[in-house]
Amino acid sequence: MTGLAVGERRSARGASRTRTTPRLSRRGRERLAAGLFLAPDVLGLALFVGLPMVVCIVLGFFQVDGFGGYTFIGLDNYRRMFADPLFLGSLKTTLLYLVVLIPGLFVVSLALALLIRQKFPLVGLFRGAFFAPNVISLVVIGLIWKFMLTDQTGFVVRVLGFFGISSPSWLGSPHLALWMVVAVTIWFAMGYYMLIFLAGLQDIPREYYEVATIDGAGVWQQFRHITWPLLKPTSFFILLTSTVSMLTGGIDLIYVMTSGGPANSTSLIIYYIYEQAFVYGEYGYASAIGAFIVAILLVWSVGLFALTRGGRFNDARD
Amino acid sequence: MPATDTTPAAPTRPARARTTRSGWVRFAVALVLAVAAVFPLLWMLSGSFRTPDDVFSPSLLPAHPTLHNFSYVLTQVAFPRYLLNSLIVAVVVTVVALFFHSMAAYALARLRFPGRDTLFVLIFSTLLITFPVILVPLFLIVHTLGILDSYAGIIIPSIFNAFGIFLLRQFYLSLPKELEEAAIVDGCGYWRVYWKVILPLSRPVFAALAVLFFLANWNAFLWPMVVTTSTDLSLVQVGIAAFQQQHAADWNFSLAASTIAALPTLGLFVIFQRRIVESIKTSGFK
Repeated sequence: MTGLAVGERRSARGASRTRTTPRLSRRGRERLAAGLFLAPDVLGLALFVGLPMVVCIVLGFFQVDGFGGYTFIGLDNYRRMFADPLFLGSLKTTLLYLVVLIPGLFVVSLALALLIRQKFPLVGLFRGAFFAPNVISLVVIGLIWKFMLTDQTGFVVRVLGFFGISSPSWLGSPHLALWMVVAVTIWFAMGYYMLIFLAGLQDIPREYYEVATIDGAGVWQQFRHITWPLLKPTSFFILLTSTVSMLTGGIDLIYVMTSGGPANSTSLIIYYIYEQAFVYGEYGYASAIGAFIVAILLVWSVGLFALTRGGRFNDARD
Repeated sequence: MPATDTTPAAPTRPARARTTRSGWVRFAVALVLAVAAVFPLLWMLSGSFRTPDDVFSPSLLPAHPTLHNFSYVLTQVAFPRYLLNSLIVAVVVTVVALFFHSMAAYALARLRFPGRDTLFVLIFSTLLITFPVILVPLFLIVHTLGILDSYAGIIIPSIFNAFGIFLLRQFYLSLPKELEEAAIVDGCGYWRVYWKVILPLSRPVFAALAVLFFLANWNAFLWPMVVTTSTDLSLVQVGIAAFQQQHAADWNFSLAASTIAALPTLGLFVIFQRRIVESIKTSGFK
């Protein structure tokens, strides 16, 4: 790779030297260099991110059988979506999941960040402990909790039993499995969002708190009038990114912990797409649902930008 | 601290006493929560040393600690192969991605060309397109390219990600302009400037990004599972999930396999904790 790029660069420089006058070539060379530097990533992103996005939208209007035939069927996939009880069910599950998960994750990560923002003994170790689950794969995370939540014999069941609390089937009950997935996801992701909150908290000048303390403001008042307003850009960023990653992620965890069950109660929409495509071979239908999710994400992002006007995290310099 | 200058000495003393007391409360709360946070990981570790009849025992330590689970998954299952596959994929993706991303970021941050800002916004907006959403079309594209069920099929689509470009661009924007101007006046081409000036300066950012990329690829499951069919190409996470499905009752083996897969990531985290923390923090704003 290195050799190829160097070669291109050299020959390009040679070419521009012979063709253009030295005065013009400075700017031309800069442009050419920029093009060559950008080429690998831009082509890669176009082919493996941009093109799939386009294909996803286009395929939504097709029926795909196995690998051979593509038949244009217009909006049939979309009509089918809204008549498909499993799709509607997973849409409802996903909404319920997000409505609990996103605020839950937000509050837990903010609380952890507030807890360890000040220096006290071993604070770095605690920060590491809260973040540690985040470096482990979701497959392993899912297995650990499946093991700990095993009916009758799992650690959680045993401990609750020790305190005289009899456990239901945590992952076997359609009413509970989704909340187990939510809890595990919060445990897994809290350290990451805690770090982003910590970065936001660091940007708040310490003098504000000192002045407030002198004025006799209590802990709650300081949070309400200093921390919360000044943390808004960070909160915006976290709401946006956590929703995107939670709406489209977590297949690994579901796959390992519940496989979408019991009774489809943990079949999140992204898992349903995976199932439709790779279990039933419904590539067209899966693409239509994918396009639908992208539309939701777009509405959510644009809506959040418009509502909060907090999206100023990219005023690029110069 | 400015506060000590403005306030008389007497009132600060009770204030300081109060902060230390609340500091100890924080310490106690954090200690309990931190133990709870890492407990499931310790439980996995403990379970991986247990015998089959002991694996569900609620005692914290194994009754008869054994290494048999590890030797079983490392000899009776193709686990070493999975580990090797994951290592190859994660290292190749990390190295190539750092190289490509830093090239792109250098151009976006330091070179002038028409349409630069538009291109940056376009690249940045691909961050909204997350992997699982394009899973199906990406699979079909990779199928069309004829690289299903190959290392190339796992590796190539995993390289391209705007996050790295974005972080590196931020870093390159912060470098003083004089740095490469001197080199350019000396008659260096842009490639030489990149290679001799920019790359050496990138080392600290590279270290942080390399760890993040390595972790992401070592932990990847969905794409490697979808794109491969032959078990020779299974990555470690795919191998573990498949093993657990086939041997649902053998938790001692599954936990040993999980521990082997998790230890390198925890090790990297412990070694590079400060760098990882810093790069996640910078990704959060600006």
